[in-house]
Amino acid sequence: MKLLTLNFLTCAIKTCKTNASSFPLHPRDAELEIQEADVNLPFLKNILPRLMWEELRTICKELGLPDLPPTPPTPTDLISGGNSTDTTEGRTQAEQEPSQTAKDLHRVLLETCIQEGKLVCGCCGHEYAVKEGVANFLLPGHLV
Amino acid sequence: MPEYLVRLAQIHETFRKAELHALAELAGVELEIVKYDDDSPYCIVHLPSDAAAKQVASRAMLIQGIYELWGQGSTYDEFRSNVTETSSTKWPTYQTSTFSFRIERYRGVQAPAEQTRAIIESFQFLGFKGKVQIKNPEASFRIFEEYDLDAKEPKYLYLGRWIADSGRDAKNTYDLKKRHYISTTSMDAELALLTANIAQAAPGKIFYDPFMGTGGFPLACAHYGAVVTGSDIDGRSIRGLGGSARRGQTGKKNVEMNFQQYGLEGNYLGGFVSDLTNTPLRLPSSHGVTTETDFAYLDGIVCDPPYGIREGLKVLGSRETLLPTERATHAAQYRTEGYIPPKRPYSFTALLDDILTFAVSTLVPNGRLSMWMPTANDEDVELIIPQHPCLELTSVCVQAFNKWSRRLLTYRRKRASEIPEGALEEMAKRAYETGTRASDLNDFRRKYFQGFREFEDMKKEFIRMKVGAGVKQEEARAEADQIQEAKVSAAEKAELAKKEVEARTKDAEAAAVKAEELNERFNAEART
Repeated sequence: MKLLTLNFLTCAIKTCKTNASSFPLHPRDAELEIQEADVNLPFLKNILPRLMWEELRTICKELGLPDLPPTPPTPTDLISGGNSTDTTEGRTQAEQEPSQTAKDLHRVLLETCIQEGKLVCGCCGHEYAVKEGVANFLLPGHLV
Repeated sequence: MPEYLVRLAQIHETFRKAELHALAELAGVELEIVKYDDDSPYCIVHLPSDAAAKQVASRAMLIQGIYELWGQGSTYDEFRSNVTETSSTKWPTYQTSTFSFRIERYRGVQAPAEQTRAIIESFQFLGFKGKVQIKNPEASFRIFEEYDLDAKEPKYLYLGRWIADSGRDAKNTYDLKKRHYISTTSMDAELALLTANIAQAAPGKIFYDPFMGTGGFPLACAHYGAVVTGSDIDGRSIRGLGGSARRGQTGKKNVEMNFQQYGLEGNYLGGFVSDLTNTPLRLPSSHGVTTETDFAYLDGIVCDPPYGIREGLKVLGSRETLLPTERATHAAQYRTEGYIPPKRPYSFTALLDDILTFAVSTLVPNGRLSMWMPTANDEDVELIIPQHPCLELTSVCVQAFNKWSRRLLTYRRKRASEIPEGALEEMAKRAYETGTRASDLNDFRRKYFQGFREFEDMKKEFIRMKVGAGVKQEEARAEADQIQEAKVSAAEKAELAKKEVEARTKDAEAAAVKAEELNERFNAEART
């Protein structure tokens, strides 16, 4: 599972969901893998405002990945030469080149995968196992 | 606005307009359907430009091609004069271009070559002086003859200049027969792609399928450029431990490999095992965010929920409430290898409402939910389409089978400003079927296994008996129909009578209670 998914996942237990500490889930004993993919600039632009940035930084820190900037990048930060606004306006989407910021973000969100390990809820401590890149969120009988 | 002729595929007719509108909206162009008939593959639309026409058609599944309309008519004389009227201003543009000229006959027989030639030559008045070139001409023209079944003469004619072909070829690329990993309930590739089109999957968007199985829908959405994720209550279908449903295929296959087969692994975020009623996806309530739309993150949800027939409809939980000792056993053992969480059957209507509620919490404004839903053909179908005050039903497409059909329902997530005040509060907890057995919980399943067989079988038996007794078959059939109707109304009457009896019993009970009360009071008074 790619790291972006962790930005959407909380604990599955209903009583936990109302508690802020159930998000994000904390990876433990995680085996990471890089699956290379082309930078998807339109997607990055679209998903950027929907990210929970603080939580994303926490996860990166816990996984020992390079630190992300303290504030989320702006859409213009994603395009190389994005600071000179006059040129970017005229260019079409296809001509835009991703900046280093976009490449770094792409690396973290869409190329880094958790293959094995556990995801732990910060509220109740329940562990969700990740096997072969697929996390299991089914709750045992006594927790439903 | 200029007129364009859309050559549609003559299949899944009720989906065609829905797809056209969805794709036009996605491309941000204004489209107006001028002439459309479910029985015809030719449809006339208004579109702003050739570029817009190309944009709409290029990824459509139920379009074969799009043409600039140069004329139409019901006889060749009328047709030719209409061509002059409509298109004479455009003739000079193509005067020196290389060109091709073809005839397509819909439902007609192949005419002799000299007749086709004569028809084409009768269009000499267009005044083209360029070279005829069949392969890659600069301008390509086509006459469309539309026939009635078994008719000798065409009933209607069109002339069009070719603009673009469609994306219909994708249905061959994604054909289930060629896909490495499928299951018994995988959706047909054409319909999966069509669903992705109607849900407006596109580059930059994120799509989710809560019942992914072997990933047919996410794959279709990824084909159109969306980034996708999915989940299923059965982890074996995602990890691929259960083996492939394809006969004779061995070795490990999984959803990830399906994406690799089409070179789409970059668009696949990965799947996870979960149950929609206990979803791990973040919902607005989890952070106390009040403005739901600020929190949403999905552009689209596409799914084919389990109907409880071939694929069981189950959610987490136990049929009976667990005893404390049983709970203790689960708590003690859930970490052991091979522990399987208990599951219980669930009401289908409740599940559909759960999907809507989930969609409302997670879809961005204008995001789409496209879901398939089965229905028995004999029910009054319009009544049971699930609704939600925050979702607008944009299209209903029907794929009919013999005794049941399934429908593709598409909803648009309304903006906060569109939702009437107090509408959400009115969504009080609805009543669902109760029970612990699958058939008690799922109306469709029950009907499927008995309902729409019962009447049919009885009718056949009745006709057979009557025919045996020397009555003509048609008469027997008519009589059988009458009896069926009578039976239905009898059932209704019985229902009414039952209700009345119930009401009376209630009255009688109330009276008895009152009498008891009075009696007591009387006794008490007597004692004092």
